[in-house]
Amino acid sequence: MSFPGLTLIPRTRTTPLQVLMVSVTTVILSVLAMVLMFSLLGAEPTTIFQSFFIEPLSSGYNIGEVVIKASPLILIAQGLAIGFRAKVWNIGAEGQLIMGAITASLLPIWWPQSDSMLLLPAMIVFGALGGMVWSGIAALLRTSFNASEIIVTLMLTEIARQVLYFLLTGSLRDPGGYNFPQSVMFPDAGLYPIIGTGAVRANASIIITLLMTIGCWIFVNRAFAAFRLQVGGLAPAAAQYAGFSQKQAIWLSLLISGAAAGLAGMGEVAGPIGRLQSMLSPGYGYAAIIVAFLGGLNPIGIFFAGFLMAIVYVGGDIALVNAGIPSAAPVVFQGLVMVFYLGASLFLRYSLVSVFTLADVKEPV
Amino acid sequence: MSVIVFVLSGAFAMCVPFALAALGELVAEKSGVLNLSVEGMMALSAVMGFMVVAGTGSHVLGLGAGMIAGAGLSVIFAALVLLFRANQVAAGLAVGILGMGLSNLLGRSYEGSSVTALAKIRVPVLSEIPVIGPILFVQDIVVYLTVVLVIVIAWFLYHTKPGLRLRVIGENPETAYALGMHPVAVRLACVAFGGMMAGLAGAYASTILTPVWAQNMIAGRGWVAVALVVFGTWRPIRIALGAYLFGAVGLASLSLQSLGVGVPSQVMSASPYLLTIIVLVVISANSLRIRLNAPMALGQNFSPHG
Repeated sequence: MSFPGLTLIPRTRTTPLQVLMVSVTTVILSVLAMVLMFSLLGAEPTTIFQSFFIEPLSSGYNIGEVVIKASPLILIAQGLAIGFRAKVWNIGAEGQLIMGAITASLLPIWWPQSDSMLLLPAMIVFGALGGMVWSGIAALLRTSFNASEIIVTLMLTEIARQVLYFLLTGSLRDPGGYNFPQSVMFPDAGLYPIIGTGAVRANASIIITLLMTIGCWIFVNRAFAAFRLQVGGLAPAAAQYAGFSQKQAIWLSLLISGAAAGLAGMGEVAGPIGRLQSMLSPGYGYAAIIVAFLGGLNPIGIFFAGFLMAIVYVGGDIALVNAGIPSAAPVVFQGLVMVFYLGASLFLRYSLVSVFTLADVKEPV
Repeated sequence: MSVIVFVLSGAFAMCVPFALAALGELVAEKSGVLNLSVEGMMALSAVMGFMVVAGTGSHVLGLGAGMIAGAGLSVIFAALVLLFRANQVAAGLAVGILGMGLSNLLGRSYEGSSVTALAKIRVPVLSEIPVIGPILFVQDIVVYLTVVLVIVIAWFLYHTKPGLRLRVIGENPETAYALGMHPVAVRLACVAFGGMMAGLAGAYASTILTPVWAQNMIAGRGWVAVALVVFGTWRPIRIALGAYLFGAVGLASLSLQSLGVGVPSQVMSASPYLLTIIVLVVISANSLRIRLNAPMALGQNFSPHG
């Protein structure tokens, strides 16, 4: 990019403050663009702002909704960020979410009368495994045949959707459900308990998300493994020389992110939905990619970015009622956020310098 | 027999969105840019095309509006990767999500409404030939245009100097730049062309192929188009044949269902994605074969000054 009289110099390092500034700028620009866009479509700007960004936090019930939606977004994004830091591109989290939901659902569908204490923990394990198997296919094909994990995870998402429809119109359909493509309702033992005090209530899936966030934070800040993973992905040759392997980085990244997405899928069927159905997520698997980036691929940043995205999801529901704004609005906001973030993050990798102050700085070749 | 003729004939119209979008994506990828926003570009252009045809009754204007919408989104994508040097995968997803969101936003008030489809052209004399006539010579104008575009793009990429330059930039932009070519300008043009093609594909899908507006109109066809480029190993003719195959498979699954043949429709719907993975594995495992056709610099950004 070139501006008259200005030039870009690659940065060698960035400070956490710069990372934060880029994300904050992104959010401000996206909010402004969103309000402007809907104003042009005939809505009152204050109503828009109020509905999307204030009301989701204005009542205990709404905050509970925000927590319920933030949970899968953060969980998936934490997993994805591990891979993204190592340049392993799992963009099929939506498919892994679907597979995790399917495998976790098998147990309560087989034992719909169960009141076992073990049902929920077993579903958690099954959900994580389902996601891992689906992302593991991509890891296997990448490490054995060098097939791009970008294309494979994408294709597997569409295949997972068809697997879900196939099962819901066949063996997993509720026999007493008037042919609707959905399973039986899960027994209480197969649902996350509701936690929370007073007005704010959410389900216990947020505990898994918190554990994942803490785990990722420790992993990133303390563990040598994270460093090995990053080197393995960024510089395969150097990593090999130092004794780490690119294959390990690919397997680890894909399995962790697959497990996280599978858990998120399990959390949906064992949480707000309560059964397996054809509509499992409003694109959490894709939105989590944006959450991961907006959070600067940092566990703490992702935590806040996930809440912002969840606020807008809940705000979308409110705006639909308040101002008749179509339910696609949160998706538009996600797109805006990602576009602005990618634009703004140029300044994380380069600094913009006036050519006139550059007397003693050589232009990089 | 009549079912086979129906499938083979209808597959042409079914494959047009796949073929047009995949050929556009091919040109972008051949210049070294992986644009994953095809689904979003098709979705936005589908609604734009539909709105214009609903308002004016003109399919020419509708297809034109679709092309402008697709090109518009692709230019945002191009700005991110070429100007702001963003990661191509991330930028493609970003613009794709934006396009899908805008499509559902704008389409909300049109849900369930329809526009008149374009009449098919019966080529005189030729359409009277038994079997072949109804398959090949009773199609709408865009089908014929698509066939022409396949040939023109294949000829352009492999038999002209600008086509050669485009491919050089996709293989090694640094060398191309050193030789006096303009990788950034060429990539911008290729991405915009890809956007126009995706736009034409989307508008065709919503105003001619299925002229009734429904949310999620494109329903994954953009991803199939991305897949087709890999499936056709980056060769235009193979991509077009692949598009026809996927179109025929889609139509056959509908016909089989109506005949009560027990092939689950989901197996048919999943097959393009499954076939793409298999082809990708086969060509990727053999490094020579992928090197022959896949652009070496695909997905890598280039900037003239580091």
